[in-house]
Amino acid sequence: MMVADMIFYLFAALTVLAALGVVGSPNPVHSVLFLVLAFFSTAGLFVLIGAEFLAAILVMVYMGAVAILFLFVVMMLDVDFARLRHEGVRYLPIGLTVGAVMLMELGLMVAHHRLDHGTVATNTVDNTFAIGQALYTRYLYPFEVASLILLVALIGAVALTHRERKHVRRQDIAKQLARTREDAVELRKVVSGEGAS
Amino acid sequence: MSVEMQDIHLVYMMPEILVAVMAMALLLLSAWTHKGGAGVVHWLTVLTIVGVILVIHVGEGTGTTFGGQFVTDAMSRYMKVLMCLGMIIPVIMSRDYIRAHAMDGGEYHVVSMFAMLGGMILASSGGFVILYLGLELMSLSFYVLAAWRRDDVRSGEAGLKYFVLGSMASGLLLYGISMIYGATGGATGFKEVAALLATPGIHDNQLLVLGMVMVLAGMGFKVAAAPFHMWAPDVYQGAPTPVTAFMAVMPKVAAFAALFRLVADVFAPAHGQWVGVLQLFAILSMATGAFAGLVQTDLKRLLAYSSIGHVGYILIGLVSNSAAGMQGVMVYLTIYLFMTVGVFAIIISFDRQGLGENIRDYQGLAHKQPLVAFVLAMFMFSMAGIPPLAGFIGKLNIFMAAVKAGLVPLAVLGVLFSAVSAFYYLRVVKVMYFDPADRESRVTFSGGGFLVVTMSMVLILMWGILPGDLLTWTASSVQTWH
Repeated sequence: MMVADMIFYLFAALTVLAALGVVGSPNPVHSVLFLVLAFFSTAGLFVLIGAEFLAAILVMVYMGAVAILFLFVVMMLDVDFARLRHEGVRYLPIGLTVGAVMLMELGLMVAHHRLDHGTVATNTVDNTFAIGQALYTRYLYPFEVASLILLVALIGAVALTHRERKHVRRQDIAKQLARTREDAVELRKVVSGEGAS
Repeated sequence: MSVEMQDIHLVYMMPEILVAVMAMALLLLSAWTHKGGAGVVHWLTVLTIVGVILVIHVGEGTGTTFGGQFVTDAMSRYMKVLMCLGMIIPVIMSRDYIRAHAMDGGEYHVVSMFAMLGGMILASSGGFVILYLGLELMSLSFYVLAAWRRDDVRSGEAGLKYFVLGSMASGLLLYGISMIYGATGGATGFKEVAALLATPGIHDNQLLVLGMVMVLAGMGFKVAAAPFHMWAPDVYQGAPTPVTAFMAVMPKVAAFAALFRLVADVFAPAHGQWVGVLQLFAILSMATGAFAGLVQTDLKRLLAYSSIGHVGYILIGLVSNSAAGMQGVMVYLTIYLFMTVGVFAIIISFDRQGLGENIRDYQGLAHKQPLVAFVLAMFMFSMAGIPPLAGFIGKLNIFMAAVKAGLVPLAVLGVLFSAVSAFYYLRVVKVMYFDPADRESRVTFSGGGFLVVTMSMVLILMWGILPGDLLTWTASSVQTWH
């Protein structure tokens, strides 16, 4: 038990530190990398409580896709982060107030409402198997509809961002090969003294 | 754990399958044919929707499949036919607009079909999971459609605004669903939730009541009921006009079909807990529609406020919670569909010269094109609810049902607000008939636009005097309730 506890505290501390790093680091690229670290430490916490499916999803989806997308956005968009940060300081008091109120509410809720621990999951079937089974039997229809939603998101993203450029000179090899001498070269008689027109 | 496969009867969902398969086929077709295929895609879309209406008409009557997650009954079939009309009529009348504004990549039709598919799934949903997914499929398609003219700043703004506010509403809805899930001990199917709500004593559960109210609020956003209507005017104005015509009708029909099921079926045992909220929505919507519409100068914005008002009247029908009220909802939605597409067909025909969105563009139309002005005036009179036009029949049914259900104050408020809103409908008529024409502008109909305007006009006139057919259809569609 001792080792598991130590690992928990290690991961938890890493998560908190990484989260602080996301907000605090002056370089936005470092912020995103800290975010990746926070995701990874959280995935470790998930593994500790036996939710290996969530951990895998967190690593694959959030680290593999979302964080990388953030990185692209940070690097490609021209956002003046120094100014943003400077303006952010102005909102610090109200931000702290909201945070304090939320913390208080959370505390009150926990103090008054003891959440019972429920039944401990039996280990006969692992998470991944159970989720897969529910998804392809009981929730087959919602699963299919969700795939249609993703398809629409895909079509929408392409339809709204793809544009045909008019003045790009593209090489069309078939066209080049189809050119004949007749439509490319012309023989003209040039009268001396008047130049070619 | 044993693998339990659900009962699957695909025959009940033939219309949905047809739409999904055709949408994907048309996507491939438009990807391969490049520009030349746009016309083919257009006509195949029209053909598909006609086919879907036929399939709905001859299809299996009532039944459930996928463990009760998909429900088909007379109500959902009627609503699906309305949705098909609400999708295909804007497509037919805006062929020229779509071509003129370079929106005809084929994907426009595909995304429209997916929006309708989401609406159909929503109308047939038998559980909260699929209700949410259907709603999301529909909403996501509309976010994209609203921003379709991306070179136009207002269109992009409309898409973004709709997306941000719509996501918030989805969050609200999901939060409500999770509360119901928690309070009922893990029920997501409509049948289970209804059964649990029928057990005595459960209504004191605050979590459950809050969950129901949040679900209703989330749906209220989708139909643009006040106080969740803020997005509607900007989005209606900014979106391309065919999209506005589409989103003024189809999503409302779909969301009302879902609300219908929630109110009359799922939440019915706890009627007293949430009915006040819906009444509040109804009164606020009618008031917003009536007063905020008074100062509008843009016709699309005016129609947005007008639709908010109409939603208020329709909500009265839902609140009255009787067979007559439910029938009133369906009658009103049907009439609303044809009034709205009729007006939008005229706006689109104007837009071929870049005009038609400002009310001032219609100055003196009666002197230049008396017939067009007359038709637009008839639509406006119908929207105001003036007899003997169909709009009057819609309001009459709703108010009668409300009075019968003992909601006299609500009916009186409805009549008062509808009198206020008559002002801005009549102002459009005044501009057309009594203001001098100050610019050369004409309405030139395309074939499709002419067809739509004529058909809507005939139906509005006919149902105003002889509403018998409409009442019979709607009555047979609600008979499974109450």
